[in-house]
Amino acid sequence: MGFFCSGKDIKESKTMPSVNSGDTAWVLIATALVLMMTPALAFFYGGMVRKKNILSTLNLNIIVMALISVQWVLIGYSLAFGPSTIGLVGNLAYAGFNNVGDAPNAAYAPTVPHIAYAAYQMTFAIITPALITGAFVERVRFKTFLVFIALWSTFVYGPVAHWVWGKGGLFHNLGVLDFAGGTVVHVTAGFSALMFAWVIGPRKGYGKVTMEPSNIPFTILGAGLLWMGWFGFNGGSALAADGVAANAIMTTNTAAATAGLVWMLLSWRDSKPSVLGIVTGAVVGLVAITPASGFVSPLAALVIGGVAALISYNAIKFRQRLQLDESLDVWACHGMGGLWGALATGLFASKAINPAGADGLFYGNPGQFLVQALTVVVVAAFSMGVTFVLTKALDKVMGLRVSPNEEEVGLDISEHGEHAYS
Amino acid sequence: MTKKIEAIIREEKLNDIKDALHAIGIVGMNISEVRGHGRQGGITLVGRTGTYQVDMLPRIQLNIVLSDKNVERTIEAICGAAKTGNIGDGIIFVYPVDEVVRIRTGERGHEALMYEGDIDTLPVQE
Repeated sequence: MGFFCSGKDIKESKTMPSVNSGDTAWVLIATALVLMMTPALAFFYGGMVRKKNILSTLNLNIIVMALISVQWVLIGYSLAFGPSTIGLVGNLAYAGFNNVGDAPNAAYAPTVPHIAYAAYQMTFAIITPALITGAFVERVRFKTFLVFIALWSTFVYGPVAHWVWGKGGLFHNLGVLDFAGGTVVHVTAGFSALMFAWVIGPRKGYGKVTMEPSNIPFTILGAGLLWMGWFGFNGGSALAADGVAANAIMTTNTAAATAGLVWMLLSWRDSKPSVLGIVTGAVVGLVAITPASGFVSPLAALVIGGVAALISYNAIKFRQRLQLDESLDVWACHGMGGLWGALATGLFASKAINPAGADGLFYGNPGQFLVQALTVVVVAAFSMGVTFVLTKALDKVMGLRVSPNEEEVGLDISEHGEHAYS
Repeated sequence: MTKKIEAIIREEKLNDIKDALHAIGIVGMNISEVRGHGRQGGITLVGRTGTYQVDMLPRIQLNIVLSDKNVERTIEAICGAAKTGNIGDGIIFVYPVDEVVRIRTGERGHEALMYEGDIDTLPVQE
């Protein structure tokens, strides 16, 4: 029947012979799941600030969805995944989503349309700078924040994503494993948060007055949605609807569950089993399993999650002893969780789980652990360095924080002229 | 003479106190949510890691206006229901009231406080 043999069909079968509808459907669903994680993060963070700053905190995350979506189309995607310039950054071949169409990009995802891959990656580029906002809530000047985020995405996220994930990227060539962004997302965000908090300084009255979380149920809602969304974050990173994706979802859930339980026990040992602590633990488990999820077994995920809770719990206590107001512990949860996850990937990775991966130290390949360690150290130092330069420069030019009076009134009123509750 | 009783009580004791007040014939009252602390200073809450101190605790302020012949009975009823014996049980203030006006009827003074079956309409019990 010649009717069905239209010109369009012939063209499609020539230009995208390998698009798999199952894989594509899963990547598109995962894109939506990961996008949801940014508003989830907004509620996770928003619940932990004082009620005069809850809208401001929600907005710091929501506006990143808008800002980075635009940045990603214009330049961000190309910096991260464009053809490599000496392994350091992508060139501008994909700027404006030029050459990003329905034909797959075989370098990254041979069975889904290139534009589906780029859309999926966009949701990661959005949540990463949103994670940093926990460091400077309740005092950051909004317009300076906008400029910081645009610059940070361009000068930190784009290059680091290219080093680790880009074809021809510096660490990609060394064989680093980062399944869904332990290094690209969590180490960059966590260590940048630490530096930003140090430069901007503590909230007025920090350590002297109690800063009570305004709405812990919001935080629990946010954590629950993050947990769910993480199935798309890690499962989707298989870029196929296959066994690796299923394994990633199972390891993700196992690590979150174990870390939540371990955090509960730590909290119980110190006083009572805090609900805020339990959900924090779950998120830390999710962070830590991120780089490993497609390379390790569910049993390894149990260890990775449990140890992550121990590390982050003590990292928070350490940070508190330093009197450093990294307000919502982005460094302790994401920086240290991501760092541990990246190292653990170098310990527990197994080709039996994912033949496209590598064996880790425990499977006789100590070199993998060294590559993982080298990558996180360089990425953490680079993130802190660029964040130091950006925050110092922006502080000079625009001012990083609101005035003491605006801070006391609260950012909802002073920056946005709104209040959360009437 | 008309008096106002202002009792700062534990939130969780409000129902017991209301029952005790109804039992002696108190009909009208109002409450507001307040925060504060007396001698106990505050409580410890659990955070992500370890604990933190909160100094302003939630309490209920219960307001009742009635004739002074019934003030002692009312205080007894409140204390009986509000007391746990632990620090933080609350405090009761009694003030003189200059004037009362019931908006619907325009009644003033003691008249404005009378409800059917109200404690002030009952004979004083000894």
